[in-house]
Amino acid sequence: MSDTQTAPHEPTAAQPVLDTVEHAASTPEVEQPWAELGLKPDEYANIREIIGRRPTIAELAMYSVMWSEHCSYKSSKIHFKLWGENTTDEMREKLLVGIGENAGVVDIGDGWAVTFKVESHNHPSYIEPYQGAATGVGGIIRDIMSMGARPIAVMDPLRFGNLHHPDTQRVLPGVVAGVGGYGNCIGLPNIGGEVVFDDCYQGNPLVNALCVGAMRVEDIHLAKASGVGNKVILFGARTGGDGIGGVSVLASETFDEGGPTKRPAVQVGDPFAEKVLIECCLDLYAAGVVDGIQDLGGAGLSCATSELASNGDGGMQVELDLVPLRDASLQPQEILMSESQERMMAVVEPKHLEQFMAITDKWDVEATVIGEVTDGDHLVITWHGETIVDVPPRSVAHEGPTYDRPLARPAYLDELNASGAAALAKPETGEEIRAQLLTLLGSPNLCDKSWITDQYDRYVLGNTALAQPDDSGVVRVDEETGRGVAISTDCNSRFTKLDPYAGAQLALAEAYRNVATAGAAPLAVTDCLNFGSPEDPGVMWQFRESIRGIAEGCKFLGIPVTGGNVSFYNQTGDVPIHPTPVIGVLGVMDDVSKRSGSGFRTDDAHVYLLGTTRDELDGSEWAHVVHKHLGGVPPKVDLAAEQALGRVLVEAAGTGLVEAAHDLSEGGLAIALAEACMRHGVGVTVDGLDHVGVDGEGNPLDAFTALFSESSARALVAVPAGHAAEFEALLGDVPHVRIGVTGGRDLDVVGHFSVSVAELKSANEFTLPAVFGG
Amino acid sequence: MRVGVVTFPGSLDDRDAARAVRECGGEAVPLWHGDDDLKGVDAVILPGGFSYGDYLRCGAIARFAPVMDALVPAAQGGLPVLGICNGFQVLTESHLLPGALIRNDHRKFNCVDQRLVVENASTAWTSDFEAGQEITIVLKNGEGGFVADEKTLDMLEGEGRVVFRYVPDAEGRNPNGSYRHIAGITNERGNVVGLMPHPEHAVEEGYGPSLDGRGFFTSIIKQTLESAATA
Repeated sequence: MSDTQTAPHEPTAAQPVLDTVEHAASTPEVEQPWAELGLKPDEYANIREIIGRRPTIAELAMYSVMWSEHCSYKSSKIHFKLWGENTTDEMREKLLVGIGENAGVVDIGDGWAVTFKVESHNHPSYIEPYQGAATGVGGIIRDIMSMGARPIAVMDPLRFGNLHHPDTQRVLPGVVAGVGGYGNCIGLPNIGGEVVFDDCYQGNPLVNALCVGAMRVEDIHLAKASGVGNKVILFGARTGGDGIGGVSVLASETFDEGGPTKRPAVQVGDPFAEKVLIECCLDLYAAGVVDGIQDLGGAGLSCATSELASNGDGGMQVELDLVPLRDASLQPQEILMSESQERMMAVVEPKHLEQFMAITDKWDVEATVIGEVTDGDHLVITWHGETIVDVPPRSVAHEGPTYDRPLARPAYLDELNASGAAALAKPETGEEIRAQLLTLLGSPNLCDKSWITDQYDRYVLGNTALAQPDDSGVVRVDEETGRGVAISTDCNSRFTKLDPYAGAQLALAEAYRNVATAGAAPLAVTDCLNFGSPEDPGVMWQFRESIRGIAEGCKFLGIPVTGGNVSFYNQTGDVPIHPTPVIGVLGVMDDVSKRSGSGFRTDDAHVYLLGTTRDELDGSEWAHVVHKHLGGVPPKVDLAAEQALGRVLVEAAGTGLVEAAHDLSEGGLAIALAEACMRHGVGVTVDGLDHVGVDGEGNPLDAFTALFSESSARALVAVPAGHAAEFEALLGDVPHVRIGVTGGRDLDVVGHFSVSVAELKSANEFTLPAVFGG
Repeated sequence: MRVGVVTFPGSLDDRDAARAVRECGGEAVPLWHGDDDLKGVDAVILPGGFSYGDYLRCGAIARFAPVMDALVPAAQGGLPVLGICNGFQVLTESHLLPGALIRNDHRKFNCVDQRLVVENASTAWTSDFEAGQEITIVLKNGEGGFVADEKTLDMLEGEGRVVFRYVPDAEGRNPNGSYRHIAGITNERGNVVGLMPHPEHAVEEGYGPSLDGRGFFTSIIKQTLESAATA
């Protein structure tokens, strides 16, 4: 304690005059740091117009974080009407809660609702890999909790630069340890995701995090503050100086005066605190004492107070002095901007307050009434008894700027699309094909990822029916009936680079197919749209084309987009990443114990290739690995074929006809066969390669093309011999070839080459340990 | 047959352990870290997780929980106790079992389907197995390396108190650097067993690598029923 007491409002060197609303009104000429806070001149002018005076420094802080690209979607939301235009009434019926809430909610039957969402935490994870990734997981879990659900699983789509680049050695182990450290300690199974390497992510890795939660339909909670006199409670961790301005491009110098010295803009996570918070919230929901709930993530208290008030029917008054602090020297604007983790805000009726506090006490969770819902229409925040914020909450939370940014198809595309894989040298002999198969199996994108995924607990909660390396993660929701969900996330950004519309649809198709491969009926979509700078017309065009592709694809498939996230400014200098719209598809199974795994299990099963194989090697993993080539046009999108294939896969799993089903994607049939063999060490004899597909002239595809083409809408299925006739009857007009039979210890492609499963495994398993150590 | 499952703040596999008890025919009774009341249960499971976040040494805070004030003397008096993963760490911190669990030798969290050999099939929790039987259950931990001084290790082996050993890989390594490949041990009396792997994740068809975990729970249920019958 200081031994010289000063009056709270008396200006001193260390404590400048408090910028109250009154003070702001009487000092319109004061220069304000709006540019350093990331606001544009017209945005600042707009704020002055909305509130009829200059904003206080606290108000300026709130507007700057809430009007940031991350929070306001100012460059993207003009394109969101494509979602609405492409959502039919039939699709809407599946949605209990749609886009705009913390996460969308879908009805999975039997009175169960499931909520899921994927978000990005790209930039923090590049600066500080462990904490960036950890708090990415923590943040998406709180989004799911704030819908009233128990989180039941997480997944992490990750994209890094070149595997052999020194900076990848810094970023990847930290990100993986952060994802694992947080998820393992909070006790949620990590059931899948992706790990992709491409040079385009070298200076801008992508760390996306998905969480899924479940609840009874009647238990859905929404983020709104209503009911005059209801209490606003902040609970969970104390507020510190971490993550200030994490969502904006805030220059930290602005808030140094008299406050804590520079703080990192990356938050620090405490998974134990969040685990306790989950259990505490679920007890609060069960007791029926929560009227409205919101998590504190990006933009912290600024976001929670303004969004809750904006979604409600009245105003809100908050006494900021009551916020429990980790650091007593924090200034009010810093308290409003802090992104300290593991905090929630609830709106509670006064009659439930005592019970609310008893439950938070049981879990040793600090809970503080910091304000209440008022009958006005303003959000009013006081500090030391003086008003420092007095704004219409909608203007902060929902009425930020909207930009219709210029867009233009990049000029380089014509040349890129003209340079297909046809000109590349292909292997001719069986021995050459064999060698390239082994090269591909050991390549960064196709190699065994267990060095990474073994650092994640996939079993906790006891409901995991399928996890990596299978095609999708599958978890049980209802322990009585086995009803549950399957989720897959996918995006091949080489395809989106070549054609963002088709590429986005191929990502959607692959996730859809992966869910169906497990045996689940696809139901809903979430997306994480990772792009370069929206100020680049070429990027904006890619963004628009991708959204259009996803929205129209979803309409065709009849599955709604429930929500997601946009991440812009993923680029290094002027060079953006490949457009990377990561698509998550969720499907439903009546009984998840009937799911199909991706590996051959027994000898003598018939192996079928379903779908049509064409000569489609542009943008393929083979072209990428063997020739470092990217050019041409992506494989044909055929959503009707995806739907027909999906129907067969779901029906076959439900009736128990298949013992394995595996999606065909990167690396085509060759890689799918190798992976199906390696899973349980069961080989296969392939004698039907000549019938796999035809080229443009109607001639059978050569063995190499048949094996490595990446045509979409295909899957590999193993059917016990006794079920073959029944299975074939189910196929309808889905093209199919019986290409072989399981058994033995080799992948034997008759007439071309043979390779032992052991050799496949050693080629596949060596890559990551060689770089990161055993 | 009532089996208590303790929940500490940060326990993660408590619901799984309770489910495993029910799947195998017992009644699971929730016990709370803050209560020194064992509710008259016939046996207790300390489940996996990160009690109190385990930001200090794993299990070091949990041993001071009020429930442990009741559990330690009860265990010393013969109450069957099974510590799984974090529960094993709590048992060593409470000195109900010797040795300690340290950071894995490869410094990473590791989640794998792990082969174990059952060496002692006469404890309260392993009587449904046969000595020498190989089982596969889930192993998942960051701090699972079992260590003790040579004398203690010799004593554990000499007295047959090594209950489980990891089946080492082709290079002779176990998954976390445990001395002498020890995965689980028991006390002198055979009522307290601790192990790093997770039997509760291997009790249901379709969820987990096998059904080998069931033996832990059927052992204790049968033994309690038998002792009740002879009492």
